[in-house]
Amino acid sequence: MYTQALDTHGKEPVAAAAGESAAHALRFQSRVDADEKIEPKDWMPDAYRQTLIRQISQHAHSEIVGMLPEGNWITRAPSLRRKAVLIAKVQDEGGHGMYLYSAAETLGVTRDQLFEQLLSGVAKYSSIFNYPTLTWADVGAIGWLVDGAAIMNQIPICRCSYGPYARAMVRICKEESFHQRQGFEIMLTLAQGTPAQRLMAQEALNRWWWPSIMMFGPSDGESKHTAQSMRWKIKRFSNDELRQKFIDVTVPQAHFLGLTIPDAQLRWDEATQHYIGGPIDWSEFNAVLKGNGPCNRERLQARRTAWEAGRWVREAASAHAAKSAARTTQAA
Amino acid sequence: MSDAGKTPVAAEWPLFEVFIRSRAGLEHKHVGSLHAADARMAVEHARDVYTRRQEGVSIWVVRSADVIASDPEEADALFEPARDKVYRHPTFYVIPEEVKNL
Repeated sequence: MYTQALDTHGKEPVAAAAGESAAHALRFQSRVDADEKIEPKDWMPDAYRQTLIRQISQHAHSEIVGMLPEGNWITRAPSLRRKAVLIAKVQDEGGHGMYLYSAAETLGVTRDQLFEQLLSGVAKYSSIFNYPTLTWADVGAIGWLVDGAAIMNQIPICRCSYGPYARAMVRICKEESFHQRQGFEIMLTLAQGTPAQRLMAQEALNRWWWPSIMMFGPSDGESKHTAQSMRWKIKRFSNDELRQKFIDVTVPQAHFLGLTIPDAQLRWDEATQHYIGGPIDWSEFNAVLKGNGPCNRERLQARRTAWEAGRWVREAASAHAAKSAARTTQAA
Repeated sequence: MSDAGKTPVAAEWPLFEVFIRSRAGLEHKHVGSLHAADARMAVEHARDVYTRRQEGVSIWVVRSADVIASDPEEADALFEPARDKVYRHPTFYVIPEEVKNL
């Protein structure tokens, strides 16, 4: 799961760095314009490379950190079936992180560099994962809304101009659909349950609606990278377009559940055939992004602890591999 | 930078390219890459990362460093010899319509 126009939070990319030949740049853009895929060893503008490294790695970090809020409920899932499903989903998120890290590495950055950027707090990840999962219903709401928003964002990336990223996204999108459906099923079960269970579902929707809407990133007017990313075909739709699509498909689903979207101004607009919501409180989004969300510190700490606690395993495996290799050489 | 910044890059497990045969009768196809301490671990990781939904019946892993690839910058020169040899395709030959089974 991922989303949020994370590519908006870095340095402004420049069209061509000094020393890059104009002929190369022109040829590159014409290939992109012709919908040809760019592959790892092909010439590419440095700014394109840097933009992709940033976006793919932030996407990968989001998948990895995204395991934490849901992993929180594995031990307390209400039935064996739910537990098996949740474990499979969390494992998928880890897998998605792995596909994406390896796609990022094709651009010339190492896995350890990427981990360092995450653990040192330099790299960003989707700020949605800095919210806590207070009840079981939050697991449902995450699958339904957060993975739903992620799918909206990720499907166009399957056609991204960079081959390895596009291929990773195809694989991820195939798997995301199960995530969203299992989340909706949890919500549906609660919505058809006791009044207390219905309330639990409603409260989870109240908690996750606005953060999910904000996953699409700043409004188009504020998003500084959109135009360049669209020229490079890294991005195909603007943040606001995707957000609107998500609202339009999700509101009827909430109605089906008999739940209320926590936006008093939300209305159906007959003229545009869209649901129009109230204004988004970006001050909250920015606060979470700057590190002041409810769980920012906890999430990073969990990742650092995992990295440090796993150090001896990584080192032991390397030592074992080196010893076995030496033994094979001796025997030969 | 935090303590993590001190990890020497040399400690990183090597990178392996992963190829999966999706079912008997089909060729192995490149699906991505992963890190592992050795080849055996690479196969086990490939099972977990790339075949969680029965995507394969066989796995190949190859150290990425051992893959020799052609240079895309030289693709034009490399593939040029085949470009003007249309006579290698059956459609190059004009056969009268009344001739069958050709």
